[in-house]
Amino acid sequence: MALLEIRNVTRRFGDFTAVDDVSLSIGAAEFFTLLGPSGCGKTTLLRMIAGFDQPDGGQILLDGRDMAGVPPEGRNIHTVFQSYALFPHMTVEQNIAFPLQMAKCPDDQIKPRVREALEDVSLQGKEKRYPNELSGGQKQRVALARALVNRPKLLLLDEPLAALDAKLKERMQLELISLQKEIGVTFVYVTHDQEEALALSHRIAVMNLGRVEQLDQPAQIYSFPKNRFVADFIGECNILECGVATNVDGVATLELDGLGSVQATGANGATPGSRGALALRPEKIAIARDLPPTDCVNRFNGKVHDYLYTGDVTLYIVEVQSGHRLEVMLPNNAVGRSSKFFEPGDAVQVGWRDDAGHYLAD
Amino acid sequence: MKRKPWLLWTAGSLVYLFLYLPLVIVVVYSFNDSRLNAEWVGFTLKWYDVLFHDEQMLSAAWNSLVIGLMASVVSTVLGTMAGYAMYRYDLKLLPVLVLTPIAIPEILLGVSLLIFFVMLNISLGMLSIVLAHIAFCVGFVAIVVRSRLSGMDESLVEAARDLGATQWVAFRRVTLPLIMPGIIAGALMAFTLSIDDFVITFFTAGVDSTTLPLQIYSMIKIAVTPEVNAISTLLMLLTLVLIVVATRLAPGVFRGE
Repeated sequence: MALLEIRNVTRRFGDFTAVDDVSLSIGAAEFFTLLGPSGCGKTTLLRMIAGFDQPDGGQILLDGRDMAGVPPEGRNIHTVFQSYALFPHMTVEQNIAFPLQMAKCPDDQIKPRVREALEDVSLQGKEKRYPNELSGGQKQRVALARALVNRPKLLLLDEPLAALDAKLKERMQLELISLQKEIGVTFVYVTHDQEEALALSHRIAVMNLGRVEQLDQPAQIYSFPKNRFVADFIGECNILECGVATNVDGVATLELDGLGSVQATGANGATPGSRGALALRPEKIAIARDLPPTDCVNRFNGKVHDYLYTGDVTLYIVEVQSGHRLEVMLPNNAVGRSSKFFEPGDAVQVGWRDDAGHYLAD
Repeated sequence: MKRKPWLLWTAGSLVYLFLYLPLVIVVVYSFNDSRLNAEWVGFTLKWYDVLFHDEQMLSAAWNSLVIGLMASVVSTVLGTMAGYAMYRYDLKLLPVLVLTPIAIPEILLGVSLLIFFVMLNISLGMLSIVLAHIAFCVGFVAIVVRSRLSGMDESLVEAARDLGATQWVAFRRVTLPLIMPGIIAGALMAFTLSIDDFVITFFTAGVDSTTLPLQIYSMIKIAVTPEVNAISTLLMLLTLVLIVVATRLAPGVFRGE
């Protein structure tokens, strides 16, 4: 049985529907992420799970028990807040002891359990510090230790890494993964950062305008986005509008608007005569001055419009005939890559295999 | 700005001189061995001796202290509650009710309270003064407490609830300690407002309930004696001690931290 069941939950603020008929089911020990742009309803949903807000319709069940009317303190759910929300008038030790005291834990057990919690997040020796004497990463760890010290059934994390710099963020991501694996508590993680979601989660629910657009494992979501929104929101993506010419057992000929015909396999939803789009990741497109003839069945001539050099990869904006622009990603250590970068104005060929894209039906 | 720092210094010094010179004179002349506040004759403590044997003055001081303590305790409790309510709920009427006594002229408040007490048959004395002082102190405490609350991170209370605290426990363990500097500042403000209030006290005082300001006023109607300087010096000392105690109890209380 699922640990957390969200059934047809809706929340409105005046005319605005923040969460629109969302149903989810989250299993024990799962690392589940609610991903979406700001205003998509992910934080509202999180607040309803925590008990700070009540749904206008639908049910939230924890372990099969309906949470309607149960206040936050009555739920075996803890939250790590974006601002960390450490009590500034209490030391690290007192902060972590707080939930234990609330749970009426015997006094002689509090010390060892606080110590254990600090060890879990490797913050030994900081017991007597006050929150304003800690760095951002340390505050983050104290917030985690405090939320986990009495082993809730469910831990909610509201953009917990948003305030950290990139380097520290990456380290904290690795620590979060191993911490979650070690203690086996279910994590429900809210973020707008798709890379973070892909890196951390077992499953991701991509939300937009209060609805769940797609719910799946990270690799599935990245490779097989269900619609234009998901394809566009997760990673970089070329979305090429097209009509379907023919489709024989999933091998389709697509008429890309302004580009011409291409072959696409795995296009089971493509009904001849209907319209849709081909979602094509930049890293799946090859770029060269002259593409070897065997490589790609779909190929176009174009010229480099501009590029973004980001160290490990270079993202080229290539303008093909008819003025369409494609984003093409080339690893900077690619085998056979010429020592010279393509410059704006260079004539190039771009191409992709028939299984590189993903067909999105309208 | 860098070119003429002396201009700034001079202006600043003059302002402080204007503020503090009269106080210094009062303190100095309380030790002056002369009946007149005219010229320095010699050092003496005799005015303090006179002061401590002046029955009327002593009873007035005692009255002021009792009134100040009672008024500040009650108005701190009520003002904290009002400040919290104004912060927590979107109330239209409460701020008006709480803040009006601050805004309307003291003499109006004094007269209307007098009429009110007479109508209710409350005899004028200590009780009526305490009630009157509470009426105008609550608003000051409420303002200080509310501004302290609005500077507080709301997610702290949510975090406490989230970690298992009931609404009341969250208030006691998190909200209350965090707004305590504001409450202490409010209490001190209420105490000093009560101790030196003249107008409202004048209207609501009875025969046996003379306070320090009323006593001093009745004395200087005749002449400003060094005894008045002495009692003023002691009042200043008391205020200073209160400020020091407050900053010890709650560092940053006067910086609004």
